[in-house]
Amino acid sequence: MSLTLHDLGPVLALILFGFLPNEVWRLVGLMLVRGLDEKSQVIVWVRAVATAMLAGVLAQLLLSTSGPLAGIPVSVRIGAAVLGFAAFVIARRSVFVGVLTGEAAVLLGTYWFGT
Amino acid sequence: MPQQPAESPPHVSFQVFLDGIVAAVRSVFFYVLVGNYVGMGALAHEVGFSFGWMALCTLLIWAAPAQVILISTLNTAALFEVALAVTLSSLRFLPMVAAILPVMRRPGVRQRDLLLPMHVTAISVWVEGMRLLPLMPAERRVAFYNGLGVGLMSGAIIGGGVGYVLAARLPPVLAAALLFFTPMAILMSSARNSRTLLDGLSFALGLVVGPIVAAQKIGLDLMWTGLIAGTMAYAVHRIREALRGRKT
Repeated sequence: MSLTLHDLGPVLALILFGFLPNEVWRLVGLMLVRGLDEKSQVIVWVRAVATAMLAGVLAQLLLSTSGPLAGIPVSVRIGAAVLGFAAFVIARRSVFVGVLTGEAAVLLGTYWFGT
Repeated sequence: MPQQPAESPPHVSFQVFLDGIVAAVRSVFFYVLVGNYVGMGALAHEVGFSFGWMALCTLLIWAAPAQVILISTLNTAALFEVALAVTLSSLRFLPMVAAILPVMRRPGVRQRDLLLPMHVTAISVWVEGMRLLPLMPAERRVAFYNGLGVGLMSGAIIGGGVGYVLAARLPPVLAAALLFFTPMAILMSSARNSRTLLDGLSFALGLVVGPIVAAQKIGLDLMWTGLIAGTMAYAVHRIREALRGRKT
């Protein structure tokens, strides 16, 4: 398969190769839980899996060496995350303070050490 | 027998929907999404997509990692490979949707009433929904969650537009740094929300297992991370429950 964007146009490409492959998992989730309630053990387990996958997304964003974040050194990303988390704890678990500190740290770090 | 109110009147639902939008604007995720999508809008401008395409992309896909893949590879890679990368990055929606929809379901809620909640489910909406929905009466949850989703999505679309307009003045490395809002928000809000041992353990194990799985280079990293770390945390939770049950 070597179909490219120019054969289809951007909107059709978005729907066929972006929207559908993305939405299919939401639909499967909807189908699978018909008739299950939130206290059933399967749902408790599924929630644990979803939470672990979320942590996996975080780990990928912090450590990946490809994609748009690649221009920011991994050490800067990890350092900023640690600083942000420290600020979050010091500010009595304020998400706002933590996120802003982490983002400020990554901006400064990128400015100094970025490529 | 007194009449049970089967459906809330439309004006009540709409009020609850607005409450959801207000909750969205008060959430840290609203500002995180604006910042993150400013970065993404700049990226879209750089590779030559239109303003309307960027908004449609957010409306239809509503997943930052998948959108980054799409924007940065759609012009150059074979479309089949793009679709594969997108679908692998979006696997997390299966357990997320499966975990949140049962919180909203009750007698009288039809499957098609859950289509909008299904579509607006994304990391931000899921995290806030899991925190806020259990605090309110069951009959309000669908409308509230829809409001939350639409409110947060609006922030992303506005941010995308601002980034698109600013693009020429925004150096690419700064646009990339704005995408860092997402991991920070995931970290802090998960730390705040994990009130139970199961939540905290699932997240902590996922952080440890994720890089280990990635280092094995077997592919499907997120799926394996979720299954391994989530099942380990669930097993610990069950053993703890069983021990507690024996004591009492």
